[in-house]
Amino acid sequence: MKKFIIRRLLISVVLLFFVSLIIYTIMRLMPTSYVESQAMALATRPGSKSYQEWVDQLNAQYGLDTGIIQGYFKWASKAIRLNFGDSWYFNQPVLQKFSNVIWYSFGLGLAAFLIEILIAIPAGILAARKQYMFADYAITVIALIGISLPSFFFATILKYIFSIKLGWVDLYGIVSRMHETLSDTGKVLDMIRHMVLPTLTLVVVSIGSLMRYTRANMLEVLNSDYIRTARAKGLSENRVINHHAFRNTLIPIVTLLGGSLPGLFGGAMITETLFQIPGIGYTFYQCVTQGDIPFVMFYMVFMAVLILLGNLIADITYALVDPRVRVN
Amino acid sequence: MENTNTQNEEMHLDDAARVRVLSPGMMVFKRFIRNKLAIVGIVIIAFMFLFSFVGGLIIPYSQSQVFYTTEQILKDYAGATAIDQYQIQQAEGATLPSDIFSKTLIAASTGKYVFETRDGSLLGLGNVGENVYVIYSLEQVNKLLRKNAAYDEAVANGENFFTDSDGKTYVFQDTGAANPDVYVGTELGVAAMKSFTSFDKNETFPYEFYRESLVAIANGEKEFELGGSKYTVDEDVVLKDGAEYALVSDVNFNAANAGVYLSPAYKEAALSAVAKGDSSFTFPDEDGTEVEYRIENKNGQYTFKKFQETRVIDTYARPSKEHLVGTDANGMDLLARLMYGGRISLLIGFVVIFIEVFIGMIIGGVAGFFGGWVDNILMRVVDVVYCIPTMPLYLILGSIMDYYQASATTRIYMLCVIMAVIGWVGIARIVRGQILSLREQEFMVAAEATGISTYRRIFKHLIPNVVPQLIVFASMGLGDVILAEATLSFLGLGIKYPAASWGSIINAVNDSYVMSNYVFVWLPAGLFILLTVLAFNFIGDGLRDAFDPKMKR
Repeated sequence: MKKFIIRRLLISVVLLFFVSLIIYTIMRLMPTSYVESQAMALATRPGSKSYQEWVDQLNAQYGLDTGIIQGYFKWASKAIRLNFGDSWYFNQPVLQKFSNVIWYSFGLGLAAFLIEILIAIPAGILAARKQYMFADYAITVIALIGISLPSFFFATILKYIFSIKLGWVDLYGIVSRMHETLSDTGKVLDMIRHMVLPTLTLVVVSIGSLMRYTRANMLEVLNSDYIRTARAKGLSENRVINHHAFRNTLIPIVTLLGGSLPGLFGGAMITETLFQIPGIGYTFYQCVTQGDIPFVMFYMVFMAVLILLGNLIADITYALVDPRVRVN
Repeated sequence: MENTNTQNEEMHLDDAARVRVLSPGMMVFKRFIRNKLAIVGIVIIAFMFLFSFVGGLIIPYSQSQVFYTTEQILKDYAGATAIDQYQIQQAEGATLPSDIFSKTLIAASTGKYVFETRDGSLLGLGNVGENVYVIYSLEQVNKLLRKNAAYDEAVANGENFFTDSDGKTYVFQDTGAANPDVYVGTELGVAAMKSFTSFDKNETFPYEFYRESLVAIANGEKEFELGGSKYTVDEDVVLKDGAEYALVSDVNFNAANAGVYLSPAYKEAALSAVAKGDSSFTFPDEDGTEVEYRIENKNGQYTFKKFQETRVIDTYARPSKEHLVGTDANGMDLLARLMYGGRISLLIGFVVIFIEVFIGMIIGGVAGFFGGWVDNILMRVVDVVYCIPTMPLYLILGSIMDYYQASATTRIYMLCVIMAVIGWVGIARIVRGQILSLREQEFMVAAEATGISTYRRIFKHLIPNVVPQLIVFASMGLGDVILAEATLSFLGLGIKYPAASWGSIINAVNDSYVMSNYVFVWLPAGLFILLTVLAFNFIGDGLRDAFDPKMKR
């Protein structure tokens, strides 16, 4: 087990090296309009250096004056020591900005994740038990609609109904205008109120796959020999489902959920942008449109780490919950 | 013979011919069409194709055709200002210096009627009456004024000029002094705070008319003669031989547009409305229909406005007979844009999936078939690509394309290539996994034993067995690609104006005014995306069940 984890970790490091190299290369192709506009502004100051001199100085300052490979190693040697530089757009260290915004994303992701589990797993099991009956069709159709819904469209509909027509919540933002005057509990409640629609959006667009995954696995388990045996023994249907079938269904589901845990830190870019939740996704969107290379670079690598970590966790949990895997 | 005949007539229960043998493909097809959801999906996709590709041909509009509408807009028709500057009419052949207006104003207000202009010429005003002056070019002369009857009469009338018996006009200053300065004058023009409007559009007044009528009005005379005609002054109106000839008023009218003739009757109507303090008045136009004019007063400047038909871009028109879904922010027909957008969305979906399957099948197939170090390297490549966060990457590439100002068509091609280059890894993994398990099966061992070439083993025996998974994955992947393209276009980084895409149509909701007031702009496009993606998922689901009956029972 230890050997397995170490081997996977080493492979992940190698993968991360290549992924970050590719991302760095693409980033260097990105228009450096930020540097140019900055240089333009600095050059117009009275008694300032010429525009070209400013461009050169800023490029040197941001490490853009070297070749791509050289620049990459320069960036990587700092990144290993967790020094990702300063965000250009927000004018503060990348990690500081990151720690300011990440908890909004995590809170949003976690709330959606929990609600999703609470709804999707029972629904998936129900669909499998009532295969080819009305409940199954209804759940399948709902799950597929959720998968097919563009998040921006669903968010727009929610906003239209609940913000514009009913006026229950604000269109944008994480706090209301009177936020500062509220008591401490009021502040928390205010933020929760603003999180309702984004959470709902996330739940609806991502609940489908978990529902269908649960259904498929439950069907597989229900068709297996030991379930037939359990039924033949004369166990009650409830006991068959809840003890024998459900526990075996949990193996792949726990693996899937374990693998998606790191993703909770990744933020939901579209949803956060639409509702202007100041999480990591919205911050990233702003940085991309502003050409803020240090932050974008950090976020992309962070996302790659999350994906690798997700795979690793999935493999490990699989080995943990299913003893059969460990033997092999 | 007899035997066979009886067999044909009556079948035995265990007769093999009783059971219709279906080919595997036929079985899949039968299972597929028995799936209601899959049929719904097929119908929706068929409709989308008809709508986008055939509909685009039928609809008379193109995707970037801008529509116009006429609107009643309150526009300036005429302006009126009370005259507070001297209006100067030049005598024929005379030239006046450029600063004559200011000099006249100063001279009239100070009473120093003789003045020198900037270019050094000596000019003078003859005060005919209140605010009416004749402008003379002067030359100082030595002339004794004592016992001159004309001079005495001018002084008695309060005038500063007179016409002597020699026919010349003299202007004098410092009335009452022992020896006033005397100048001989040549008439250059007449200055007054009056404006003249002709009752006849084509009539222009001769200078003599201006002069004589002004003098007559200033002196309170009712009649004067000029050039053999008899003119009568009736308050504001001057009649020529009994017919209305000119309107004289203290207000200066200007038409807002060149070439518009403001008739005296119109001016009179406007003036009387202003005098009454009304906020609007009506006046018949050339066809005799009454037109309403609104009066706006701004610091003594009056503006008369009327509703005029103006051609404007037909933005956000509500659904109507001409535009069944309405128009968008650029005045383009939304139905046409939905159709052309559907073409692009469907096209991108199919092209991307085709490239993905192509790359994925080759790389996955090679990795799975050869195994060993080839497999190891290729799968690490797959892992690397899999680790790249896709949506952020699309965003970055979109903004790069923005920077290089890629044209709308280039963007479409680039989008296809980028999405395919990122998306093939899923297919490669499926193909590899499938081939790995198939390779170990008996039929492949048999194929190897018969000595079939590697090429035939891969393409005749392995690939056909992978196809079912590929088809299922492709039909579900189509939905994902369409969704990704719509999201990108929604963020403004995918398909760009003037090319349409369903995602870019919904982009209008970024303006929350449009979101709340023009639902017809964004709702249909969103529903179309939802329906199309849903249909592809239905079909994929149905295909999976049809190919893999184990899951069913």
